[in-house]
Order: sequence, then structure tokens, then C-alpha cells
Amino acid sequence: MIELDNVAYSYGGGELLSEISLKLAPGSFHFLTGPSGAGKTTLLKLCYGALMPTAGDVRLFDADVRGMERDDIAMVRRRVGVVHQDCQFLDHLSVSDNIALPLMVSGQDLLREDANLKELIGWVGLKSRSDALPPELSGGERQRAALARAIIMSPDVILADEPTGNVDWEMSQRLLRLLIELNRMGKTIMIATHDLALIRAAKAHVQARVLRISNRRLQLAGADL
Amino acid sequence: MTLDIAKISDFVMGDAQADRVVPPTGFTATLTLFSAAAMAFLAVFALALSLAAGRLADRWGDELARTSTIRISSPDGQMAAQTEAALRVLQTTKGVASARALDAEEQRALLEPWFGPDLPVDTLPIPQLIEVVEEGDGYDAQGLRLRLSAEVPGAVLDDHTRWRRPLERAANRLRLLGWVSMGLIGAATAAMITLAANAALAANAQVISVLRLVGARDDYIANAFVRRFTLRALTGAAIGAVAGVIGVLLLPSAEAGGGFLTGLGFQGWHWIWPFFIPVLAAGVAFAATRGAALRTLREMQ
Repeated sequence: MIELDNVAYSYGGGELLSEISLKLAPGSFHFLTGPSGAGKTTLLKLCYGALMPTAGDVRLFDADVRGMERDDIAMVRRRVGVVHQDCQFLDHLSVSDNIALPLMVSGQDLLREDANLKELIGWVGLKSRSDALPPELSGGERQRAALARAIIMSPDVILADEPTGNVDWEMSQRLLRLLIELNRMGKTIMIATHDLALIRAAKAHVQARVLRISNRRLQLAGADL
Repeated sequence: MTLDIAKISDFVMGDAQADRVVPPTGFTATLTLFSAAAMAFLAVFALALSLAAGRLADRWGDELARTSTIRISSPDGQMAAQTEAALRVLQTTKGVASARALDAEEQRALLEPWFGPDLPVDTLPIPQLIEVVEEGDGYDAQGLRLRLSAEVPGAVLDDHTRWRRPLERAANRLRLLGWVSMGLIGAATAAMITLAANAALAANAQVISVLRLVGARDDYIANAFVRRFTLRALTGAAIGAVAGVIGVLLLPSAEAGGGFLTGLGFQGWHWIWPFFIPVLAAGVAFAATRGAALRTLREMQ
């Protein structure tokens, strides 16, 4: 599905990631952890074609990312739902429209998808906030809206970058439950986080592989997690 | 190259969903609208100038080229005889379709602009004029001059070349100037719309980033901007062209003065040309915005 083989990534003369090999199998659940600035976001971006590796191979859905045109990468993005820490909304559109954005850009008829959209908005608990503008949302509401947008196209893979970074413990547990539920539906999940408590909480409910970036390299985290 | 009507229709009708993804930008919208209107207004006048100069050049080139004048200056008693002699020479000259001596009334009309309507032509030593109309490839001017100097000593042939050529050249230059102006107006419109589109793209970098994140193709993102700028240019240019046409209509009519400036305007089917200006402006805006958008999207990779 997503495969990185001996990948390195350099920026501004410095190597951020080195000798990274990773395979996201269908239905798997991964946590990616490490200190701030370790390269978690960079690794996630390599996984959906937002960055190109400086060495090694990245294969997205069996295609080498280096041979992809920009339109091919756009098609990959429709199969990979991404949740950013800062959510990245279009502030002039309502929450409902922001969630429906992937449908809009892929040319789907919003009227036909209206029932699904409403069901999804209800599932993430934003029914009463669907007409609000993103700046009017709380941190937790924004993260749930971003998650809803990431999964509206029913992607095969969901990549979440610090999805609980700006929310309280209760909200982070709620978001985690949503992600676990998606994994049970067969979605591949990878969550980048430095919140070890979240990882421990998840491991009680799901079989997750925990990867740590340390000294630019990726390694399996120890049994302490 | 064939026009895909369905594609053009889809583009004009637009996609209400796609139109909403780029936030409305009031200031650049107004500027684009104004620039397109101003440029279309100027384009109407440049077009009018070019077409009027073209008509003038054609007239000087074609109509006047087919006529010439013989001027006979001689003592009073010999004027009629010399005129007869000149007409006889002309009747036997190859390339002359017709020749006739202007009567006193016509000669008075020619002098009227300078001396007024009550000029006593009969009492003044005014040369007799003969109007010569050419046919086919025209006559041999040099040969005719030699014959006239031998048979009609007081006759001088004026084939209009001396003053017609510079005027014709000037009119052609004026026509060229009109078309160059049109080209410059088009280029300036493209430049202004490119700048406005670049500003809009830069201001919406975050929007573009979000659209890419959710799987938008470059074409989709570019079209959201291209359609907006094309329709603004079309609307602005339509307003400017209508204003320009009204301006041309308000110019004094040719009958009032009869000069070149009063003839500045459109005649007959030429009135259709100003209505192509908004379409042309929309085409320029489409190409300029699409080029700018795709270039920016490439650079933002």
C-alpha cells in the first residue's frame, strides 16, 4: 500500500531522515513517535507524496513516487486521508463544505452525497456546528472536522499528524476512539504523536505497532510502550 | 483546430461548487474589471482609427490613382483651342478612359473654400482644368507629357503622384499604428491580468495548499482562478466596448465637416468589430490567467 525502502530526506544541506524503511500493510495501525523536530511530519509527508525522498524509494499504491506526475499524486491524495495538527481549512467555507471539499475537487455531486455527508458529520459529533465557519470552532471540533474531511472519500489509509495536540484528554480519547473504529472498518492508520499516554491508551484496544524516530532513523519502540 | 462548444459552454456555465473554493477577492476583482473596461474602451478607438485610416488609404490609393488633371495656362484667345487640342491628344492616348474639361461652375466650386462663393471666375486668369480618368494599366505619363509639350504648349499634366503618395503612405502608417495600438492594448491587458492573477494566487497560497491536500488536480485549481478572471475581463471589456461605441457614435458626423477626424468611426459591417473586443479580452484573460496559474502551481510543488 505505502512502502518506503531505505529512504533519506535532506533539506537545507542537513539530513533529516536516513535509512527509513517502512511498510504500511492494509488494515494495520501504527503510531509514529519521537521528540519534536525528529522528522515525524516529514515522514508523513513522504507517505502521501507531499515531499520527494532524496534517496531510496517510496512506493504509493504500487507506483514509484518519482515517476508520478502532479495529477497522479492528486489521485493518491484521494486514497490517503490526511489530518494535520493545524487542520488546514478554507476559512470562508462552512464546516460542512470543508468536510465535503474532497468530494467537490473530485467532481462528485454533493446533492447525491448529502445523506452520507450528514451521517459523517453526525458520526464525528458536529451536527450542530455544520454551518459554522472554521474559526468559530474549538480545538477539538476542528480536529474532528479535519478527521471527517480525511475520511469522507473512504480512503484506504489515514495519516494523522498530532491529531490530539491541541485538545484536552477527554477529546483526545474521543478522537482516538474514532480512529480505532475506522481501523476496525479496515482502514490503515498511522498517527504521529509525542503523546505516550495516548499510545498506551490505544494499545489497550487495538494491536498497534509503535515506531520511534531517533537520530534520523526509524526503529521499533521498546516494550515500555 | 476545432472549437469544443461543449467545453466552452461548461466553462462559461461554470461549476458552482468549484467557484466557491476560492474566496472572493473584492479589490482585485474591481481592478480587473476596471482595467478590462478601460482597455476595451481604448481598443474601440484604436480600431476606429485603424479602420478609418484604412478607408482613407484605400480611397487615396484606388480612386485618386485612377484620375489625373491637365492644367492649361494660355492667353485668353487661345484657351479654347488649346483645350480642344489637349482633349484630342487624350482621345488618342492609350489607357485614358475619358477626359473632360471642367466647366466654370466646377472650377468655381474648387476655389470656393479659399475665395468664397462669389468668385468671378470669368474675369480672372484661371487655368482650364481637364479631368482625366484612366483605364486598365493607365497611360504612359512620360509619353503623354512629351506629346502635350509638342501639341499643347500651355498644358501641364498632374497625375497626383506627388501629393497622393505621401498621403497614402501616411494613411497606411496610421492604419498600422492603429493595429499596433490594438496589439499593445492586448499585451497590456494580458500583463495586467497576469499581475492580478499572480497576486490572487499568492494571496491564496493556503487555499491552494488545502486543495492539493484533499486531492485537487492542477487543472481544477487553475480553472477556479481562470474562470473568475476570464469572466471579469469579459464583463469589464463588454462595459468598456459599449462605452467606446457610444463615444464613437457621439463623434461629429462626416457630413458636418467632411474631414478625416469626422470620418473616424465605423461604417457598414465594420460596426460588428467592436463586439469582438470583449471576446478577445476574455481570450487574452483566459490565456494569461491559465499560464500564470499553471506556472505558479508548478513552482509551488
